Amino acid sequence: MTVIYARSKGLTDKDTHYCPGCTHGLIHRLVAEVLVELDLLNDAIGCASVGCSVLSYNYLNVDMIESAHGRAPAVATGVKRVHPTKPVFTYQGDGDLASIGTAEIVHVAHRGEKITTIFVNNAIYGMTGGQMAPTTLPMQKVTTAPEGRDVAHCGMPLRVSEMIAQIPGAAYVERVSVHSPKAVRQAKKAIRNGFLCQMGGFGFSLIEVLSTCPTGWGLSPVDSLQWLEDNMIPYYPLGVLRSPEEA
Amino acid sequence: MSKTLMKGNEALALAAIKGGCTHFFGYPITPQNEIPEFLAREFPRTGGVFLQAESELAAINMVYGAAAAGGRPMTSSSSPGIALMQEGMSSLAAAELPCVIVNVQRGGPGIGTIQPSQADYYQMTRGGGNGDYRILSFAPSTVQEGAEMMMAAFDLAEIYRTPVFIVSDGMLGQMMEPVELPEKTHRELPAKDWLAVGHGGKRKPNTVKTLALDPIVLEQRNLDLQAKYARIAAAETRWESYRTEGAEIILCAYGSTARIARNAIDLLAAEKITAGLIRPQTLWPFPVAAFEGLPESCRMILTVEMSCGQMVDDVRLAVNGRLPVAFYGRSGGIIPVPEEIAAKVKNLLGRA
Repeated sequence: MTVIYARSKGLTDKDTHYCPGCTHGLIHRLVAEVLVELDLLNDAIGCASVGCSVLSYNYLNVDMIESAHGRAPAVATGVKRVHPTKPVFTYQGDGDLASIGTAEIVHVAHRGEKITTIFVNNAIYGMTGGQMAPTTLPMQKVTTAPEGRDVAHCGMPLRVSEMIAQIPGAAYVERVSVHSPKAVRQAKKAIRNGFLCQMGGFGFSLIEVLSTCPTGWGLSPVDSLQWLEDNMIPYYPLGVLRSPEEA
Repeated sequence: MSKTLMKGNEALALAAIKGGCTHFFGYPITPQNEIPEFLAREFPRTGGVFLQAESELAAINMVYGAAAAGGRPMTSSSSPGIALMQEGMSSLAAAELPCVIVNVQRGGPGIGTIQPSQADYYQMTRGGGNGDYRILSFAPSTVQEGAEMMMAAFDLAEIYRTPVFIVSDGMLGQMMEPVELPEKTHRELPAKDWLAVGHGGKRKPNTVKTLALDPIVLEQRNLDLQAKYARIAAAETRWESYRTEGAEIILCAYGSTARIARNAIDLLAAEKITAGLIRPQTLWPFPVAAFEGLPESCRMILTVEMSCGQMVDDVRLAVNGRLPVAFYGRSGGIIPVPEEIAAKVKNLLGRA
């Protein structure tokens, strides 16, 4: 019998704690596969953030450092300055990166740190129970905006990738999604490009991955994928926002 | 090396290089800027890495990352900047990451002033960060002593897997004194098998973390930390005594203030008033033992600080009610002069 699909050796044997239908596990797998395929697994150093993915170090088969809320890019900077030739990445959610960690993500790009950030955007605080994030969509219902996000009260959602893409030190920025098999394949390509950009010494790379939170959104896993496609992609358009070729 | 006239801040920076510091991450703040400026100039020649961070929050977390990945990092700041770093210090202590943090204290609270102060005693010994943790805190009172403490700090940080504070102040940082850096003593350092450096396919992944959701696990981790703190207290507590034998009153002061207190004691001696000094060289662990077995002659303790009274709490705990403990302090960036301390002593002894 031929094995056509198996656990990546970039992942540990642990079962994840993620809710059914959450796409964190899938995104972990993409990162793991890319690290294996680029032969970076042995040298890679990851920085986990605070949020649902805080435990990503339990699932990714690489040395990892847990960072305080929002500070993973600063922690990764410290790591990279000790190991300039090793692959260093952060894995952060939108509460962590787009809210409390905005200074760190802007300045890691500003310095052109040769690290790769996997930015998982599910438009909500998942781990703390579904509060509003800077990425929460207009009128999206969350526990701290029970009638839906009122943009007159708290502004329009933050488009992080567009913001980062215009920083000179950012070499590769792409927004992808994982709502369909086609999107997943594109997401993996983008993550691969991010690490290639880093190892090529071009500068900072950020891959924003639109992700689901069925529990926080109050939707089934399948409906969540549809909701992502119908609601998130129009506001957060997919595509390459910056690449070394254009820089 | 012969004696060189150096600013306190610069001597700390040079001693950091000599002590084996590999990385500096920091954010500008007065009155400590000579430290990053010195290292920005010197590190490129000596193979070290200097990086200016976007904030104190980022700086302390860069230290965290560098320490977790095997560097010998440091940062320096001054009081309000140290306050911003407290989150990181709690994490560094929890993750048991070796590093050195310099605080060149200035007057507070708030933005306060850039003038010297010792109002960060609580920050340096009680922490502003969350949780049960302690940080080994050295308090030099001369430029020379600061350099020596700094040279030893990086090895101590690795031996105990802990952040180490060098508690200076705006006066010590800005003043110039002759310094002679000693040769670095070689110390056996524990292997760092816990680093996040890439597993090389040869071992299970290492994780540097502080999250412990299981209360049984976290309590045990806290007990292990406490046991380590007890070992540090047993081996690293330091203080210096001056003219305590036969003293009627013993002053307690650290850092710059201790120098002024010594001058006050000498002034008093000229007036046949016998006063002594206990000078804590470590703020945590506090030298409790220095207050056990005080001379029979001693009637009271006077704590002198450039604050409204912070270390005096620890002095009272150490004295434990055996003697009255008085306090004299100036704050807001005002440096007390020997005469006013001497006047306070005379007043306390009823010889005014």
